[in-house]
Amino acid sequence: MKASIIVFPGSNCDRDIAVSIKKLTNLEPIMVWHKETSIPDSDLIVIPGGFTFGDYLRCGSIAANSPIMKDVIKKATDGAPTLGICNGFQILTESGLLPGTLIKNDCLSFLCKTVSIRVENNQTNFSKKYKQNEIINIPIAHNEGNFFANEDTLEKIKDSNQIVFKYCNQNGEVNNETNPNGSIENIAGITNEQGNVLGMMPHPERATCEITKLSDGENLFKSISEFLL
Amino acid sequence: MIKITKEIVEEHGINSEEYDFILKSLNREPTITELGIFSAMWSEHCSYKSSKYWLSQLPTKNEFVIQGPGENAGVIDIGDGYAAVFKMESHNHPSFIEPYQGAATGVGGILRDVFTMGARPVALLNSIRFGEVSHEKTKHLLTGVVSGIGGYGNCMGIPTVGGEVEFNSSYNDNILVNAMCVGIAKKDKIFYSKASGIGNSVVYVGSKTGRDGIHGATMASAEFDENSEEKRPTVQVGDPFSEKLLLEACMELMKMDVIVAIQDMGAAGLTSSAVEMAGKGNLGIELDLDKVPCREEKMSAYEIMLSESQERMLMILEPDKENVAKEIFEKWELDFSVIGKLTDTNRLIINHQKETKADIILDILEKGAPSYKRPYEINIFDDEGIKEDTLINDNPISILKKMIASPNLCSRKWVWEQYDHMVMTDTVLLPGGDSAIIRVHGTNKGLSVTSDSTPRYCASDPYEGGKQAVAEAWRNLISVGSLPIAITDCMNFGNPEKKDIMGQFAGVIKGMIEACNTLNFPVVSGNVSLYNETNGKGINPTPVIGGVGVVENLDIFSDQNLKRKNDFILIIGKTTGHLTQSIYANELLNYKKGLPPKVNLEEELKNGLAIKELINKRLIDTSHDISDGGLLIALTEMSMKNIIGFELKIEKDNLNSYLFGEDQARYAIAVEENKIEDVRLLLNEKNVFFEEIGQACKDKIIINNNNISILELKEIYENWFNNYLSKA
Repeated sequence: MKASIIVFPGSNCDRDIAVSIKKLTNLEPIMVWHKETSIPDSDLIVIPGGFTFGDYLRCGSIAANSPIMKDVIKKATDGAPTLGICNGFQILTESGLLPGTLIKNDCLSFLCKTVSIRVENNQTNFSKKYKQNEIINIPIAHNEGNFFANEDTLEKIKDSNQIVFKYCNQNGEVNNETNPNGSIENIAGITNEQGNVLGMMPHPERATCEITKLSDGENLFKSISEFLL
Repeated sequence: MIKITKEIVEEHGINSEEYDFILKSLNREPTITELGIFSAMWSEHCSYKSSKYWLSQLPTKNEFVIQGPGENAGVIDIGDGYAAVFKMESHNHPSFIEPYQGAATGVGGILRDVFTMGARPVALLNSIRFGEVSHEKTKHLLTGVVSGIGGYGNCMGIPTVGGEVEFNSSYNDNILVNAMCVGIAKKDKIFYSKASGIGNSVVYVGSKTGRDGIHGATMASAEFDENSEEKRPTVQVGDPFSEKLLLEACMELMKMDVIVAIQDMGAAGLTSSAVEMAGKGNLGIELDLDKVPCREEKMSAYEIMLSESQERMLMILEPDKENVAKEIFEKWELDFSVIGKLTDTNRLIINHQKETKADIILDILEKGAPSYKRPYEINIFDDEGIKEDTLINDNPISILKKMIASPNLCSRKWVWEQYDHMVMTDTVLLPGGDSAIIRVHGTNKGLSVTSDSTPRYCASDPYEGGKQAVAEAWRNLISVGSLPIAITDCMNFGNPEKKDIMGQFAGVIKGMIEACNTLNFPVVSGNVSLYNETNGKGINPTPVIGGVGVVENLDIFSDQNLKRKNDFILIIGKTTGHLTQSIYANELLNYKKGLPPKVNLEEELKNGLAIKELINKRLIDTSHDISDGGLLIALTEMSMKNIIGFELKIEKDNLNSYLFGEDQARYAIAVEENKIEDVRLLLNEKNVFFEEIGQACKDKIIINNNNISILELKEIYENWFNNYLSKA
């Protein structure tokens, strides 16, 4: 079984996610260059974090038009499990695979810290190993992680239970105080309507290692692994 | 042909003596391109003409050093077939003129110095210094520099894991931005800049050449005045995305056996890289500037040779291997162009538009470069102690509250949260402590890294200050349990043509030499930034020391955070209560006279090695260097993370001097109850002086009969930056 990690110029979490996939799943990570036009046979598609094309235009917008994205869109639409983290999340919204958009943090600066997020939906294939409403600690590192969707879109997202993670504090409280970047309703991660595509700003691959004293990301990879077995 | 007038020579920062030498060596008037080349190569920044004499006296070797100063970066052996490659560099003047781009390109430059040697960068650090907080430019410069550093490092995906921030009026019109990069390479896969192989191709890779940064090196070597901001067009613009591509392309190419030599184009651009590479190989070099990829039209030879456009490298390749390299650079969409070849003539020949624009014997440029033993005078302050009656008779808690809410002691979280410090997922010990620890990827071994300086000590006594800067970097590495290996230095000083400034430089170097020798902590790379003055007033002498150490086993290290109630609090090293030049004296009492604490290097060595042994034997897991602010500040920093406090019972007449004095060679440690006997035994055996002054307790700091809640302290400690910046 294989996981295809799409590498764009400027991706910089590609190695990190490959390490986590190798360590925690039954998938073998393979790197796929953005100029390819088709993804090799694989069981998971991953769009890693980074600054694709320098993020000199709207984050993720240039990457969303890379040659490989036609096949990513086709396969994800057909139901292939697809995970986008940080810049990967931005690319997924830019390419229309996920609703909403990610705008500049309300603090107006880059923010790197470990935050608490609450599992809002443990029924997805990415979150089954978590308990419903479990509070987990995962690092964020972004400049544009402020999730926004208009009222209609937000209603739809909620109606179809697409919100997977929300920013909170250690006690699970979700409010303005516990919102690091201004995201609407503290949204940190969502799926598409079918539930096979997950985009999230926090970096689960940075929380899969005892030595850094952060391991709450492990269950995300284990969930994927279990579902694909 | 442009006629070379006296004015043009002066504008190039070349004095009459130097110009006479040029005329004599060339036996004719130089062309404008040649003059530009001399100007850049002989600038203080590239030639180290005022500092060479002193720098050459620094210890540069120990059993771990693979490559000392003179290359793009220093290289040390870290065991298991790996090497660490590191260097620190200044980008002071550009950052003052344009803080975001100045700081960003400072980071970009130091990254290239490291990856050009075949090492993947794994950590960035920075030491940044601004004017006093009330100065009109400080907010603008602070926010610009921090976002510039973050903007570049974050985009590259290299974690920024440590550093320091200081505010002091001596930097009001001349801020300091010093960036350090550490990389890891296979020990047998280090790339050097020495060109070899007559007939080999000289290859240009990376971004295109534009008109930016022309004469950056000369600018960085001149004093500032009120018109300096007009120099803004000479500040380079950074493109971290191109640098990321350049990094990946170089890494890919370096896996193959293709590169003969490689160097980045940093200060003085194509000029210095071509001259230095060919010079090191005792060869000649011939360049055809029509082949240089240019971003702008009609660039002259002068402009092409002196442009400091970023994200460019020069490589020497065997001609039959060009295609392998070309393919890789084309994949990464970077320019690749063969622009010349190596010759046996020892000449630098520049051709452009069918004309020879320069023809200089390399020895004249390199070995003929001026070197001055400038007159100097080492001045130290008078030994004037603080009179007892001027001390504030406040209780220590209220002093503590003022101290930790002051700009130089408050939490730096606002700064390092803007830097991605976790990408690459190898950051074991995060910013905010004495040293950060980075795992050597795929192993159980770590690198400890730190950068530090105490300029106010150097200003009052350069020799003691020089010793202290090295000793504190060493202590920072010791207190996480690592073995300190070597340092890089970034020497920021004023105008060396003034006796007392040159004396500061000489005194600091003498102190550093002694500390490096005693602590077996040699200098492997570095950078000098002089003329840090504005309208004739120099900055505090600021030798920033970047230290690198090795953690053999990542299961065993220490951090500064208190972990358990009831742990015994021990102070290692003697506390006499030395107040002059402390933060307490300088900033709270506004008493700036007197001498800094003396550094007893034998004591440093003894105490430090004992601390390392305690950590390595798992007798302690909590230790912190006592430095700025003294003992109580160190303990308070230790209590913040886990909200675990401490109770001290101290009977002293001079309690505040004891708590806030800055005696050197000291550490604060916390020891579990069941290990205290073993710790006492070890310290006594090693003849290390220590005091047991109290115990850890829950969420309060208690000193004799006074107390304060840690949450209350934390609030003021962590919010200083936000409060400062939110005020208009």
